[in-house]
Amino acid sequence: MPKGEIVLGCLAPHPPHVVYAENPDQNEPVSEGGWETLRWGYNRLARKLKTIDYDALVIFTPHWQTYIGTHFLGLPEFKSKSVDPVFPNIFRYNYDIKVDVELSEIMREKASEHGIITKMMRNQDFRVDYGTITSCHMLNPDWDKPIVTISSNRNAHYYSAEVMNEQAAALGRACAEAIEESGKKVVLISSHSLSHRHFVTESPLPEDMSREHIYNHSQYVWDMKLVDLMREGKMRELIDILPEFTEQTIAETEAGGLTWMMSAMGFPQYSAEIYGYQSVIGTGNLVAAWDPNAVTREIVL
Amino acid sequence: MEEADILFGIYCPPHPQPLLSPEASEGYAKLRQAYDTCRERIENSDADLIIVYSTTWPSIIGHQIQAHPEPEWVHVDDDFHYLGSMPYKFRMDVDFAECLRDSAKERGLHSRTIAYEGFPIDTGSVVALKLLNPDNRIPACIVSSNMYANRAETIVLGKSIRDALSKQGKKAIAVVVSSLSNRMFTEHINPTEDRIHSPKDDEWNRKILEFFADGRLEDLSQLSREIHGQIRVQKVVAYKPAWWMAATMGQHNNYHGEVLAYEALHGSGGAVVTLTPSSGSFGDKEFDEDDVEYYHGDRDVLDKGML
Repeated sequence: MPKGEIVLGCLAPHPPHVVYAENPDQNEPVSEGGWETLRWGYNRLARKLKTIDYDALVIFTPHWQTYIGTHFLGLPEFKSKSVDPVFPNIFRYNYDIKVDVELSEIMREKASEHGIITKMMRNQDFRVDYGTITSCHMLNPDWDKPIVTISSNRNAHYYSAEVMNEQAAALGRACAEAIEESGKKVVLISSHSLSHRHFVTESPLPEDMSREHIYNHSQYVWDMKLVDLMREGKMRELIDILPEFTEQTIAETEAGGLTWMMSAMGFPQYSAEIYGYQSVIGTGNLVAAWDPNAVTREIVL
Repeated sequence: MEEADILFGIYCPPHPQPLLSPEASEGYAKLRQAYDTCRERIENSDADLIIVYSTTWPSIIGHQIQAHPEPEWVHVDDDFHYLGSMPYKFRMDVDFAECLRDSAKERGLHSRTIAYEGFPIDTGSVVALKLLNPDNRIPACIVSSNMYANRAETIVLGKSIRDALSKQGKKAIAVVVSSLSNRMFTEHINPTEDRIHSPKDDEWNRKILEFFADGRLEDLSQLSREIHGQIRVQKVVAYKPAWWMAATMGQHNNYHGEVLAYEALHGSGGAVVTLTPSSGSFGDKEFDEDDVEYYHGDRDVLDKGML
């Protein structure tokens, strides 16, 4: 069996607003659009994904928060409705998800071998989190590939952002080994915003773009610092300053997703593909990808 | 307008073990027994309403208030999914929810009711309502805990609840769903070996329980920031349950307090406590923060060049 490989890594933020704005059949609320810069970037990355041969999407999500180890989805299918607990007015999504349980189990096993506390999630009533659904919908609206969802163990809460970085990097190495052993071609998804301070009020029409802007300039400057490092292919340096970025901007990188993905991909030294940056209810959101294949790697923006 | 009528308050933990696996350890069984005692007291009361403030329902857009008349789903906890599912069907007091939303707005808070099929009611609220009010004999109201809110906003939320109770002339039981110390073990444990995560957490928990037993709720409210720094994992900006409970129950120390159980829940401090308004007071000991009547929002001190 040939060795498995990571064929693409995607930074895919999950504000439910982008699904709301797309008006897919699965989502009950109807919008007049909004957040086009982000959505059009997502649409272009989704088109690229259609040209890539892969077997599964593996997503690390901040909205399945676990404090007792890292958990993996462990049943072949989940069908239910996801209602966002924070923005239920815009996200009530009927989902039907297939899981690559075999890959999920190999990842759990490898993570356990690396000393990480793990658990398979095998309760059929479990509701898949809206971060997984939003990021996966935007990247693959046809839902024609199985996924693996990995929970975010909250080391940043219990210890520090530095500990989070170390543990997420260890999980990334374990997942890379698991993918190699599986013989599968896998797309990794790190599902989160960058800066993550929200406005605590909402305009009457959520998609009123005249009201949308970053929470403050400091958040924007930090976000751009990270984008610059991504463009320059300095992912090791970026991960090294991530604890400070996370603390300064209460960033969603606190969950460990970006560190996990970069570690699994060997801390790329090539430029990231930048697809779009836009604020959503004050938070900073970037769609980006890392293509290990130099032939298909693009300068997008 | 009549004075708000809170018959008594309950402080209880959000973890699912007392509901799903009370037999797994002596401690979980004691917590379950304490819940059962509270349930009996609720059944014997003439309360019109149970108001739940759950720390496991975080919100961002102000405070959300559950207003679906009969929310129904099967809930599964993110960490303890292996303990089983929690099917629920509750009865909400929609009139009160709407009145509370308006009362909160009158005090400057951003608030909204939510009434959506399939809305994910949080583990803490599900555990509390299933154990305290299993037959839905009394309608309930659940309010969220805004993750950015600090003292002023939380105190004003409590006062809004008193306003709404006064307007509707209802008698209520106030339920706070929260751990004391909230650091859990980060590995899976044998429930029979469960204990409080550290002696420091245990000492602080016992000090808090002394205050509860003495009926010193307002003093606990005044100590919230210290409690947050000492024994709370920093998931949110502040330890808010005592602020909410004190503001909702009248901001004083005149209560009869009873600690019905105190046990470890995967390392965190789980206590079931009741506070019943009484005539005698322990006295006011720790009052050093100003009261607040109206929430004026972010003051934008940085933008105004005040620092």
